[in-house]
Amino acid sequence: MRLAISATTYRMVLLLRDSHQIQSLVIVTPWWIRSQVLVHTKTPIVMDFPGGKVAFTPEIHFISESNEERVPCYRVLDDNGQQLTNSQFVPVSKEIAVKMYSDMVTLQMMDNIFYEAQRQGRLSFYATAFGEEAINIASAAALSPDDVIFPQYREPGVLLWRGFTLQEFANQCFGNKSDYGKGRQMPVHYGSNKLNYFTVSATIAYSLLTQLLPNAVGAAYSLKMDEKDACAVTFFGDGGSSEGDFHAALNFAAVMEAPVLFICRNNGWAISTPTSDQFRSDGVVVKGRAYGIRSIRVDGNDALAMYSAVHEAREMAIREHRPILIEALTYRVGHHSTSDDSTRYRSADEIEWWNKARNPLSRFRTWVESNGWWSDEAESDLRSKIKKEMLEAIRVAEKTEKPNLNHMFSDVYDVPPLNLREQELLVRQAIKSHPQDYPSDVPL
Amino acid sequence: MASLLGRFCRKLVVPGSAHGSRMTSTTACGSETVKSLNLYSAINQALHIALETDPRSYVFGEDVGFGGVFRCTTGLAERFGKNRVFNTPLCEQGIVGFGIGLAAMGNRAVVEIQFADYIYPAFDQIVNEAAKFRYRSGNQFNCGGLTIRAPYGAVGHGGHYHSQSPEAFFCHVPGIKVVIPRSPREAKGLLLSSIRDPNPVVFFEPKWLYRQAVEEVPEHDYMIPLSQAEVIREGSDITLVGWGAQLTVMEQACLDAEKEGISCELIDLKTLLPWDKETVEASVKKTGRLLISHEAPITGGFGAEISATILERCFLKLEAPVSRVCGLDTPFPLVFEPFYMPTKNKASSSSSLSSPSKNTHFLIHGFSRLL
Repeated sequence: MRLAISATTYRMVLLLRDSHQIQSLVIVTPWWIRSQVLVHTKTPIVMDFPGGKVAFTPEIHFISESNEERVPCYRVLDDNGQQLTNSQFVPVSKEIAVKMYSDMVTLQMMDNIFYEAQRQGRLSFYATAFGEEAINIASAAALSPDDVIFPQYREPGVLLWRGFTLQEFANQCFGNKSDYGKGRQMPVHYGSNKLNYFTVSATIAYSLLTQLLPNAVGAAYSLKMDEKDACAVTFFGDGGSSEGDFHAALNFAAVMEAPVLFICRNNGWAISTPTSDQFRSDGVVVKGRAYGIRSIRVDGNDALAMYSAVHEAREMAIREHRPILIEALTYRVGHHSTSDDSTRYRSADEIEWWNKARNPLSRFRTWVESNGWWSDEAESDLRSKIKKEMLEAIRVAEKTEKPNLNHMFSDVYDVPPLNLREQELLVRQAIKSHPQDYPSDVPL
Repeated sequence: MASLLGRFCRKLVVPGSAHGSRMTSTTACGSETVKSLNLYSAINQALHIALETDPRSYVFGEDVGFGGVFRCTTGLAERFGKNRVFNTPLCEQGIVGFGIGLAAMGNRAVVEIQFADYIYPAFDQIVNEAAKFRYRSGNQFNCGGLTIRAPYGAVGHGGHYHSQSPEAFFCHVPGIKVVIPRSPREAKGLLLSSIRDPNPVVFFEPKWLYRQAVEEVPEHDYMIPLSQAEVIREGSDITLVGWGAQLTVMEQACLDAEKEGISCELIDLKTLLPWDKETVEASVKKTGRLLISHEAPITGGFGAEISATILERCFLKLEAPVSRVCGLDTPFPLVFEPFYMPTKNKASSSSSLSSPSKNTHFLIHGFSRLL
């Protein structure tokens, strides 16, 4: 590029040169022209644009729809539970490790027994977390009790870790009067304000999965404004990441600089829909960058990796007031719920393979045992203890009476308005005249 | 003295308007400092007071930072800081979802949806989350601190997407409250009540009145109770029920009817959910006739709920079927707006007016002009 310039411009050009924008500078000054400067620009001149400087390019180039290589997955333990030689991870004490493993076993057994209870007709519904025990427990272990949880519905392990008892789980599933939810929702819709675990929303039958995500962002903002040493944490699946609320939440979290962890349980299936029918991106982790969010992909069946990732993410979220996206790769070993038979859309071999080859419990157990912290005896002791507790919890929950009828009308508002008080009277009149048409186990 | 002041405290700058035969004043505006304010200024005052009196309260939405497209949030960001008064990304489901989360942590979140016409992306959050938050958790959690404000209603040139009255959708949702003020003074008191009510509230503001309506508004912190309808004009021949900007129209109709010798009782519902059935019932038992008017399309509009309820409760006292004069069952049109709106001169084809009674003649004649 040739320019005829004045002395002032020449000085500006020198400045540009010094800023390394210009590759070479040749000054030609024939006597009849002031100065002639040959300017070869190295990089195109940048321009200020809303949001920052943007370089121009003369090439027509589309960003590829995907990276050549998929985002790598962070893991600490191999498939057999052996610690990888150059793995980085946050050390876990014996106490924590043993509690983690025990809770994973408890979760698995609880799921088994409740599932069977549903099959026997004693429960109306259940959804297991088979295959995702490490995500459940390890993430909970890495958080503090003050971190507020906005769950989806496959994370009861977080409640378990925090101290929710088997009896409390059973009470909710049986919808008895000791259920904190007062019998209003289907089984597995747990909630505990004492344990900072917001009540599960979204009936599983519908595809509304991620409404709690934007709520988590608001809660995180509140924690930031109150200067709490805590973050909000929210869970969702691969299917959930297609919902509008996911995108709304991530964008808001980034703009509001909210300390929230978005933990995606990418377990390969949204009921019968495989991830290939769910999105065409490299999973969920790449979506973080689109919103300006730091992200990581983790082996969800590796308890140590999950623990470390969540631990680090939490630190960053609180210290730097930023959201973090964690995509935990895992597999939904169980059916979507008791209303589903997944062998109708996937092979039993596939399920079996994941259950054996990448089982989160066996991998972690190997590691815990390798430290001398666990044994076969401890295992069988634990299992028989849990079984006994579970069966007792179910027995008690089943026998406990249902919540009183007036709980159908309370809590719609803080105080029942007149129309609800009238409706309660009408319902009670109807029951009085035709008691045989109504369930007898709901106390009046 | 109070009632005299009450009569003159309220002033609507609408051509031809006059004070009603009796104004029931809900605030003791005689003894407090008042200032002549329009609707958006009254709302602005309410927001200033809300933020001032609760340090854990927030106001946010699209363009809220610079004062909002209707100036309702003027001065808030400067006074309370950008951490408490801020712009959000353009995403209603995110705005309301974020507000629910804030409210769930015990804060007051006063959320602005730029036009009620844009509230639908947030409908899921409102219906499935906000409305059920307390109930589904067995009262372990609640998001009562949430208030959603949205300008609604005709504005003269708004067309499909700047004129809608979506209140009926929300009145069908147990767990939330729906509040619609008719004037600046009402708006300030009702908004403060809504913000402080321990239940999530959807607050629709008649945008037509943002600048049009001017009233003496007390400067202090006051609240007007929710779920209490107000008889703003007493009468004996017919009860009229409405809310928001439509009351201005109905008030005019009442004045015209008075010249024909028809005594109209006009009720401002104020809160549509839960609504004050007792006040309307008492009035209809006295007058024997009911007419409901709203801008929203007639089919499935909230007038149907009022009609059905009053029919159940006052059947034997009714001298004519309940009448509804409402918007038409079309999307809100631009050029045709004057034809769409339930104006005072609209001919009523309602058969409710043809019932034998000594006042029939006046009523049929009067009401075909009344509406």
